[in-house]
Amino acid sequence: MTVEEEQCVRVLVPAGVLGWGVSADELEAGLALKPHAIAIDAGSTDSGPAYLATGRTKYGRQSIKRDLSLLMDIRRRAGVPLLIGSCGTSGCDMAVDQTLETTIEVAREHGEALRIAVIYSEQGKEDLKVRSAGGMVTPLAPAGPLSDASLEACNHIVALLGPEPYMAAVAAGADIVLGGRTTDTAVLAAIPLMRGAHVAAAWHAAKIAECGGLCSVNPTGPGVMMSIDRDGFTIEPLSPQNRCTPETVSAHMLYENSDPFRLVEPGGVLDVTEAQYRALDDRRVRVTGSRWETKPYTMKLEGAGGGPFQTIMLIGIEDPAVLEDVDGFVERMARGLRERVNRTLGAEAGSIDISLRPYGWNAVSGRPAGGNAAPPREIGLMFIATAPTQAMATEAARVCNPFFFHFPVREGTEIPSYAFPFSPAEIERGQVFEFHLNHVVHTASPFELARTRWIDVAAAPEKSASA
Amino acid sequence: MWQPPRKSLPVPKLNEVCRYIRSKNAGPFWVTVDLFFDSGESYAKYHDDPAISAAAIADIYGVDAALVKRFPVPSLNMVKISYPRATPQGGVHERDMHSGQQFVPLLQLQLMSRS
Repeated sequence: MTVEEEQCVRVLVPAGVLGWGVSADELEAGLALKPHAIAIDAGSTDSGPAYLATGRTKYGRQSIKRDLSLLMDIRRRAGVPLLIGSCGTSGCDMAVDQTLETTIEVAREHGEALRIAVIYSEQGKEDLKVRSAGGMVTPLAPAGPLSDASLEACNHIVALLGPEPYMAAVAAGADIVLGGRTTDTAVLAAIPLMRGAHVAAAWHAAKIAECGGLCSVNPTGPGVMMSIDRDGFTIEPLSPQNRCTPETVSAHMLYENSDPFRLVEPGGVLDVTEAQYRALDDRRVRVTGSRWETKPYTMKLEGAGGGPFQTIMLIGIEDPAVLEDVDGFVERMARGLRERVNRTLGAEAGSIDISLRPYGWNAVSGRPAGGNAAPPREIGLMFIATAPTQAMATEAARVCNPFFFHFPVREGTEIPSYAFPFSPAEIERGQVFEFHLNHVVHTASPFELARTRWIDVAAAPEKSASA
Repeated sequence: MWQPPRKSLPVPKLNEVCRYIRSKNAGPFWVTVDLFFDSGESYAKYHDDPAISAAAIADIYGVDAALVKRFPVPSLNMVKISYPRATPQGGVHERDMHSGQQFVPLLQLQLMSRS
């Protein structure tokens, strides 16, 4: 091994998210490159508020278990730590515990002895109220100051961890670290930072690698290797057939980022304005010139809770008489349904919202389709009743059902019937969930909002002898 | 000597000078739009066009112009524009959970800069 290689910290990033489907071939290729750690993100708010509000995971248990099993096998053979951030999509305590349970199950199946550190980051409302009253919680644009009502509206609140609790857990001997909600970058940057790599390069590499192969020419190859040294970093796809180019790597700074140059992290800001991206060969890219500005430590909050309930219905319409004036038809129907709900449901009607979304016309934007738009060949008209309870939403849908199904094209004409695909026609969609927090907590230490728990899994006796 | 009146070339629409335009949520409270111009020449000519100014974007999406963020990225011949969502991702009236279709009103945007 050359001196240059020894000074380099390599992190195998097997995919953009746990449960996506890591590649066994790629992991073997990654193992041959002698990584110092395997790290992967397992969560995001990307798919909306339901996951944090309910603690439910986006990927199924079987998908997560399959990835975990392959990663734990590679980890054991590499003899390096495995770090998983934002476990169970939202990273709230119950989601982390689900991942822990699956990890223990895999360890038992493998007959493997393991030291697992679990870092929780779910926060209590009362504690946050006290911090907020003390001026330690500040809003991010476009939010206003934190109100107790916003905290109360949340089912779960998490603080985004930085890398420090991961570094401490690995230093204390963890084989596997399962983290609560963590910034996507922190979990990947932890080991390079711990081993003294260039700070800005560690964060920048982590930002580039956070979605796995998305920074490569062929994003269906899920894994990448990030190698950080004292001056910069190199990124390469795990698959020998895949390639990273300066364009694919630098363009990844644009993805899902509101600012392509500056990324706020716990304890500082990564600034890549002056970064240089250079091809080392046809599949590896070298990056230098990123900067890190140390700032007072802040941890971002995420919180989500449940709102009203929805029941939906869908009809297909091919009748040209309707399609020649979709706007007029939908407007008349909306008025007709509203009147029927008011008439039938009395006092309750005021709390019920009825929305019609003509797919194939302007359901996505909600904007007028424009006078010169040609009639579509068909539309799917979605009906959404939103009410304080599921029962009320369904009651409203059933009240509207015959009108929705038979609404005449013109008053006084024969009654048409549109195309319902289902029986019963109404579908109870469940609760609407909402994000409530867009704030940061100012902390004196990176550990202030983190709680670490240790779990030792003993080796299965009958398998340990042959291991 | 008589000369015919000079014909000005038509000013293009945004999708005629971009190879790719996309939109995506950037966290639950922001939308980010990426305009990839089709060449360095198009980028130089149109990246500051008044039709894609912060004020014009604010108008299109019905948001406060002071909150619209605009980042020219010359190395990629692109401009990134980010604006706050009118309501947080996923509420009762959500129509586009990932804001993935929010770029569409920009495609036919009439640019204003003349060469």
